[in-house]
Amino acid sequence: MRLSPDQIVLWHYGFIKLNGTIALTWALMLVLAVGSKLITRKLATDLHRTRWQNLLEIAVTGIEKQISEVGLRHPRTYIGFLGTLFLFVALASLCTVIPGYDPPTGSLSTTAALALCVLAAVPFYGISEQGLGGYLKSYTEPTLLMLPFNIISELSRTLALAVRLFGNMMSGTMILAILVTITPLIFPIAMSALGLLTGMVQAYIFSILAAVYIAAATRKSQAAPAAATTHAK
Amino acid sequence: MDSTTLIAITSIITAGLTIAIGSVGPALGEGRAVATALSSLAQQPDAATTITRTLFVGLAMIESIAIYCFVVSMILLFANPFWNHIIAPVAGK
Repeated sequence: MRLSPDQIVLWHYGFIKLNGTIALTWALMLVLAVGSKLITRKLATDLHRTRWQNLLEIAVTGIEKQISEVGLRHPRTYIGFLGTLFLFVALASLCTVIPGYDPPTGSLSTTAALALCVLAAVPFYGISEQGLGGYLKSYTEPTLLMLPFNIISELSRTLALAVRLFGNMMSGTMILAILVTITPLIFPIAMSALGLLTGMVQAYIFSILAAVYIAAATRKSQAAPAAATTHAK
Repeated sequence: MDSTTLIAITSIITAGLTIAIGSVGPALGEGRAVATALSSLAQQPDAATTITRTLFVGLAMIESIAIYCFVVSMILLFANPFWNHIIAPVAGK
């Protein structure tokens, strides 16, 4: 019973292992990077644009709109990080239609790495927006008594991000593997469609939660009335 | 009853109970969340995108509790350290 692509070991030297997770992650990165580079080689600004450029524009403007609806001003500064999170997790779960493929996000290592990236990005954007003193002061809001709880909540939501994505992806592949041994063809197809849906939803959830955490870190306290009016629109 | 049997029995029963009891709470919570979202959609249809997005984010957070229980159950069944420890001398022969 294979729980994750971790168990396919392609090459090892001592304790350094090149397992399926690493190979698949690099393959996905290659597809994303090379694909985007090929599509954006000749960008057209008139009405005659290729369908691939259209696809990329839909993706970019859609993600930008979602980021600005969360409450982050200047979504272009964050779209590199948040867009990549969404596109990587979405592509990882979309490729389950390829037979023999197990998503690398079904391994706790990948999801922990992504959650650690979010953990590092929140102070990074917070300090770049509010300065070091302003960001550290936000940990003592509303009172200094809340400082340990704020720190604990920071760590626990990182853990929750990692385990949520890992659990959803792993359960999808595991249910499929179990069902294939019981009733081939009908149920596994329905379950893999469900797996695709939850994969997309989890990709969206992961990036939206990262955006919400970054928005909470970059929001200045006196901007609270402004945020309320933008939400009321 | 030796310790191998005891560990096996406890792991299996706990794995089943974990996921059985652990899915009750999140299911009830998600039902309430969706019901409230539907009634607020009926009251204010033009806030549909905000309500739907907030609903999905809330559902994912509630779902994580069930996912934690599922992960514990899977660990007990497939990556059980007690079982591996007790079975290691037998498998090593």
